[in-house]
Amino acid sequence: MSHIIKLKKGFDIKLAGKANKNLGHANQPETFAFKPPNFYGLERPKLLVNVGDNVKAGTPILFDKAHESIKFVAPVSGELVDIIRGEKRKLLEIRILADTQIEYENFRKYSASEIANLSRQQAIDHLTNSGVWPQLVQRPYGILADPSETPKAIFISAFDSHPLAPDYDFIFDGAELYFQTGLNILKKLVEGTIHLNINVNSEFSKIFAQAEGVQLNKFKGSHPIGNVGVQIHHLDPINKGEIVWTINPFGVIQIGRLFTNGIYDSSKIIAVAGSEIETPQYYKTYQGACVDKFLENNLKNDHVRVISGNVLTGQRIEKNGYLGYFDHLVSVIPEGDYYEMFGWIKPTFEKLSFHRAIGLLSFLNKNKEYTLDTNMRGEPRPFVQTGIFEQVIPMDILPTYLLKAIMAEDYDDMEALGIYEVVEEDLALCEFVDVSKHNVQKILREGLDLIKNG
Amino acid sequence: MKFIRNTLDKYKHHFEKGGKLERYFYIWEANDTFLFAPKQTTASKGVQIRDAIDLKRLMITVIISMIPCLLFGIWNVGHQHYIATGELNVEFWPKILFGLKLTIPIIIVSYAVGLGTEFIFSVIRQHPINEGYLVTGMLIPLVMPPGIPLWQVALATIFAVVIGKEAFGGTGMNVLNVALTARAFLYFAYPSQMSGDVWTYLDDKTPVDGFSGATPLSVAAESVGPEANGQSVVANLNSFGQGWGDGMYEFMNIFFGFIPGSIGETSTLMVIIGAMILIATGVGSWKIIVSVFAGAYVMGTFTNWIASNEYMAMPAEYHLVIGGLAFGAVFMATDPVTAAQTERGKWIYGFLIGMLTVMIRVFNPAYPEGIMLAILLMNVFAPLIDYFVVGANKKRRLKRATV
Repeated sequence: MSHIIKLKKGFDIKLAGKANKNLGHANQPETFAFKPPNFYGLERPKLLVNVGDNVKAGTPILFDKAHESIKFVAPVSGELVDIIRGEKRKLLEIRILADTQIEYENFRKYSASEIANLSRQQAIDHLTNSGVWPQLVQRPYGILADPSETPKAIFISAFDSHPLAPDYDFIFDGAELYFQTGLNILKKLVEGTIHLNINVNSEFSKIFAQAEGVQLNKFKGSHPIGNVGVQIHHLDPINKGEIVWTINPFGVIQIGRLFTNGIYDSSKIIAVAGSEIETPQYYKTYQGACVDKFLENNLKNDHVRVISGNVLTGQRIEKNGYLGYFDHLVSVIPEGDYYEMFGWIKPTFEKLSFHRAIGLLSFLNKNKEYTLDTNMRGEPRPFVQTGIFEQVIPMDILPTYLLKAIMAEDYDDMEALGIYEVVEEDLALCEFVDVSKHNVQKILREGLDLIKNG
Repeated sequence: MKFIRNTLDKYKHHFEKGGKLERYFYIWEANDTFLFAPKQTTASKGVQIRDAIDLKRLMITVIISMIPCLLFGIWNVGHQHYIATGELNVEFWPKILFGLKLTIPIIIVSYAVGLGTEFIFSVIRQHPINEGYLVTGMLIPLVMPPGIPLWQVALATIFAVVIGKEAFGGTGMNVLNVALTARAFLYFAYPSQMSGDVWTYLDDKTPVDGFSGATPLSVAAESVGPEANGQSVVANLNSFGQGWGDGMYEFMNIFFGFIPGSIGETSTLMVIIGAMILIATGVGSWKIIVSVFAGAYVMGTFTNWIASNEYMAMPAEYHLVIGGLAFGAVFMATDPVTAAQTERGKWIYGFLIGMLTVMIRVFNPAYPEGIMLAILLMNVFAPLIDYFVVGANKKRRLKRATV
C-alpha cells in the first residue's frame, strides 16, 4: 500500500542546539495556560469558569459560540488564577495554578469491542465533550474542525522537518496502542482514507510503521517535506469545496488515551532546544506549560528570544511564557537587536543563507549547524528578485503571485492560485528566504481570513 | 566604529517622527542603513530568523559582476582613441588614464543625478530609497558612447528615473528597464550623439588616413543597401581598418572587445565573466541569459538559411558578439523586475529577445540598435507571457477539481 514520494525542492535549516534524546529532570511548572489564539476559527469564545474556580484536567473552561458542542478543557487540575485579555478584551490566556497531583474528570471508557460498535455521532460527541476535538484541524484555512462536516480524508504527518524539531519516535515512544486506538476512532469520522505520512529516512519506526487501517505514505526530501500541507498536495490535493482534516500524532494518541483510560490526558514530551540552551533535551510536562522551569539555570545568556514552537512558524513568548496548544518544542535563540557596520556586504560563513550572492558563503558548508539570531538582516522592500520562492516550495503553486493576489484582495485569483491548499507553515520558508523581507505568513493569513469571511 | 554609531544615534531623533527634519527621514535612513545593517528584529509570530540576504547585497553582486566590463571599457576607450589617431605605441597606463578621464565623470554624473532624483522623490513620496539605482547608476555609463556630453547623461538619467521608474511607483514597480530607458531616450532625442561616428572619442585630434568610426554592427548593416559593395559581411569585417587597424573586426577581436562601442559593452569575454558571476551567485537568471543567446543564434541560423542578402547570410555566431547583444542579454534582460517572473516565462522571454534582436538588425536597417529595442519591447510583453504561464497553473488546478 505504501509508495515513496520524493521531492527535490526545499531547504533544511540546521541549527545548533538540537535536543539530545534524553529525558531531563526539571520541576513541574507551577502554572499552565490555555491560549485561545492558538485556534483559528475560534472567533467567539465564551468562558465557562471564573478566576478562583477549581478545575480538573478535562473540565470545560471555554466553548465557541459558533460551534457550541466543542468544549475546550483545562489541561491540568488546579485553581484558575488569571485570565489575560488583550486589545478589545480579546481573550489571550487562561492560567491555572496546578495541583501537585493532577486530578482528572471521569469520561466514559470504551473497550475494543465497544469502540468497534461505536457510531460516528457517538464518537464525535465523546470527542467534542472531552476536549480532544480541537486537535483536529480543518483545511482549507487551517481552522478548528467542524463536527458537522465529513472530510474527504484525514492526513497525519508522522514527522517534523522544521529546524530543531523534536523526534516523533522519541516523544511518542511507547504509545503504539493509544495511537492505534486513536486511528480506529478517526476512521469513523471519515469516508475516505486516513493518510499516515512517514519520513523515508527515519529509522524503522515502531509506532508509525505498524499502524493499521491507514494508507502509509513515505516521503523523502528537505523541509517542508514534513508539512502536512505539502503532503496533501502530493497525495490528494484540496480542490475548491473540499474539506480535509489534519491531526498531529499527539492528538491521535490523546484520543486513544481518552477512549482507553477515560481521561483527558494532556501530558506530553517536549523538546527544549536551541543554541542558547545549556543542555538541549526533552522534558515531560503537560499542554500549556509555563516554560520557566525548563529555562532555569539552562540559558547560556540572558539576551535571548524564547519561542513556543519552531523558528519558522513559532510564537515569541516571555521567559516565563506558556507553551502553545499544538507545540512540542521550545526554541531559544539569541536576540539580534544590534547594528552591524557594513553588515550588508561583509562576507560571512556564520549567517545562513539560501542564496549565494556575494559574500554569502554558507552554501559551501551544507552540514554546519548554525547559530542564528533574530536580526532582520535588511529592510523591507517591494518584490524584486523572482524565482526564489518557487525553489523552496515543493508544490505546484506560485507563491509570489498568490501573495500579490492577497495584497490586491483579488478573491478570484487567490482561489485560482491555490490559497485553499496552504496555511502559514507551508509558505514559512518563503518568508525566511525573501530578499525583500515580507511577512509572508501574516499576509497569507490575511488572505485566508478574507476568503473565509468574504 | 562605535564612535560613528554613537554620532548617528545622537542625531537620529531629528529625522524621526516629530523631529524637525522628519521629512528627510528616508534620506537619513538610506545613509544609516548603508553604514550599519539595522538592528530591527523579526516579528513575534512567524519566522524568527531571517536569511542573510538583502536587497543591498543582491544589488552589489550585480555591480561586482559589471566590474570586468567597466575596467575593460576604461582601457578600451583609450585604446580605440590611440588607434584612431594612429598613435600605436602608446602603452597601457596612458590608455587607462585617457579612459578614466572620460568615464569617471559620466559615472559621477549618473550616480549623482540619479541618486539626487531618488532622494527628492523619497522626500516627496515618503518612501524608502531603494537600492535598485545602485545598479542602474552603473549600467547607464556602460551603455553610453565615451564622448557623450555630460548634460545629456544627466538629462537621460532624470528622464529614466522619473518617467521610467518613479512614475510607476519606484523600484519593483517599473515596466521598462531603467538604464535602457535612459539609453533609448538619448537614442531618439539626440540621435546625432548616439549614432554614426561617436563610438571612438577623438578629442579634437585628426584621425589617421582612412579612419572609419563604423562599428561592426554598422559595417554589417552597410553590407546591404545602397552602399553595398557586394562582398559578404565577414569579408567586409575582415578587411575593415586596412592600413590603420588591420584585423580589427576579425571574429576573435570582436569577441575580446577591442572594438569601438559603448563604454562597457564591447567585450563579449568580459560580459561572459560577469555572466558567470551572476549565474554562480544565483542573482541573474541563467535561463534568460542562455535563452537570449539561443534565440539570437536560432534566428541567425534561420536568416542564413534564407540568405537573400549579405546581412542575412552573416554567420549566426557574429550576431552574438556584435552590437552589445551579450551585454544586453546578461545585464539588461535579466533585470528581475522587468523580465518575465515565472520560470517558464523566462525561457520564452529570453528567446524572443534574442530572436527579435536579430530580426530588428537584419530586416529593419533603420534601427541597427537591435538588442535595446528588443529588450524594451519584451519588457512590455513580459507580463503577458507571465499571464499565460500563471494561467496554465490556474488551469491545472481547475482541471484537477473537475476530473
